Amino acid sequence: MTAQIIDPSGLAEVPLAPPGRAGGLLDVFRRHYLLRLLVRKELAARYQGSFLGLLWSYVQPAVRFAMYYFVIGLVLNLHANVDNFGIHIFSAMVFVHYFTETFSSGTRSIVKNKALVRKMALPREMFPVASMLVSAYHTLPQGLILIVGCLISGWHPDWEGVGAGVLGFAIFGVFGMALALLFSAANVFFRDFQNIVQTLLIFTHWAVPMIYPFSKLSESSLGGTWVEQVYLANPIAPATLLVQRCFWAYSTQDPAKAIATDFPDHLFTRGLIVLAVCVVILGFAQWAFSKLERKFAERL
Amino acid sequence: MTESIVVRNVSKRFTMRYHRTIKQITIAALRREQLSDSFLAVDDVSFTVEQGESIGLMGLNGSGKSTLLKLLNGVMYPDSGEVLTRGRIAGLIATGAGFHPQLTGRDNIFLNAAILGMSEAETRRKLDQIIDFADVGKFLDTPVGHYSSGMYARLGFSVAAHAESDIFLADEVLAVGDRPFKRKCMARMQEIRKEGRTMFYVSHSPGSVRKMCDRVLVLEKGKLGFDGPVDDGIHYLKYDADSDEDEAARRDDEIGADI
Repeated sequence: MTAQIIDPSGLAEVPLAPPGRAGGLLDVFRRHYLLRLLVRKELAARYQGSFLGLLWSYVQPAVRFAMYYFVIGLVLNLHANVDNFGIHIFSAMVFVHYFTETFSSGTRSIVKNKALVRKMALPREMFPVASMLVSAYHTLPQGLILIVGCLISGWHPDWEGVGAGVLGFAIFGVFGMALALLFSAANVFFRDFQNIVQTLLIFTHWAVPMIYPFSKLSESSLGGTWVEQVYLANPIAPATLLVQRCFWAYSTQDPAKAIATDFPDHLFTRGLIVLAVCVVILGFAQWAFSKLERKFAERL
Repeated sequence: MTESIVVRNVSKRFTMRYHRTIKQITIAALRREQLSDSFLAVDDVSFTVEQGESIGLMGLNGSGKSTLLKLLNGVMYPDSGEVLTRGRIAGLIATGAGFHPQLTGRDNIFLNAAILGMSEAETRRKLDQIIDFADVGKFLDTPVGHYSSGMYARLGFSVAAHAESDIFLADEVLAVGDRPFKRKCMARMQEIRKEGRTMFYVSHSPGSVRKMCDRVLVLEKGKLGFDGPVDDGIHYLKYDADSDEDEAARRDDEIGADI
């Protein structure tokens, strides 16, 4: 498929090669025009026949935010203890939402596109990658709302904060992509995997310091124990802390105090290690995907 | 001459699953029934095609023709042996391209062309030809999910036949088209052949294979039963005898009615 020569006389210079030979994720970015078409298709298909369309991707997060704010903030009264609690929740929610969307729609992406997968030779990594980009597209306006909200409450990040945000976002992206690749392939063989993913996603909102500050955990009886370490070993927990370090910490009255109490020690070191581990997981996911991909057409 | 397709000792095994849920598997295991069964869809097939050759692939239903085509266009991978091709491949598998049912005909043209490796500019240049040929009229901007099977096949053939490719695969393209469209397809395929592209044409119709191909491969239960001149291949399959018996079949023969 890489050959550009159509003139039969020049064809002799093109080497014989296995058809549809896949270069994995690299191929996806090499063929960005096709990727763009698939993303556009996905956007058109997702809200086809719906009146509110794209607005639906705001309704769910908005309702969830309102619920958390009401129950956790007002009823359980965390509002009084945590400065700018709204931003604490929302900054985490935007990015966690991006992650869960990538993970769950990515998992379903290959099965959903079986009409194409069964008959056309294209890098199958296209579909999970397209899902990730669609999720990013849906999350972007929420990110803008977040920034406006932060600015109103006096956000003034320094470079360290910006770096934390970038690092956190990178972890969400790489980890989400790795899981989407792995599970989209597994889902072809057993549709159970899309249910497994939905089950896993129930944990995400509770397993990150979103609706409670990190100090609630570190100052509890679990603080300093192995449970805390396990909690922090989950890649999205440090990723969430990093984006909160960027958005929430600098919008509070006293950022230095927030950083000291509501974030674990060595947050950046942890973040970098987690990112490195996620890159390794992504490499493994790509390897497993290309093994499993060979059987897609017959199993769909 | 340049080799266009090289197939060496290629086999493809399919697994049939009788029981898929844990409940079914447990019950089957308790009853000591067989849990799965497999068969060779393509069995140790080898052949070489030179650039510009036009091959008729024949065989009864279930003899592995579509599987072989899928191995050639890279949708499936062989379990053993190797498939090598030179240049771009376009074509139809099982009377249709991979279309996305929710997208309109126009969007599918762009998507399909992009999958076949065409750029946006190339597609725009060919768009009018493709639309003209497919002749789906006002349905062009409705989702292909609403198309009749004939329209679906026409659009699929049109995109594949106008894509710039070195190898053209056509799987029972004429099965669902009406008579005028069949004629148009045959003419277009002759053009493709004259352009010096390699053609792989699956058909049950001896008439159209005679017109279109210079060599016939016959698959029998996954094995390559015959590889050689067209008339001998048709005789090998005993398809020539049938058409003498049936007057109607012979009439259809001329235009190439795929069954």
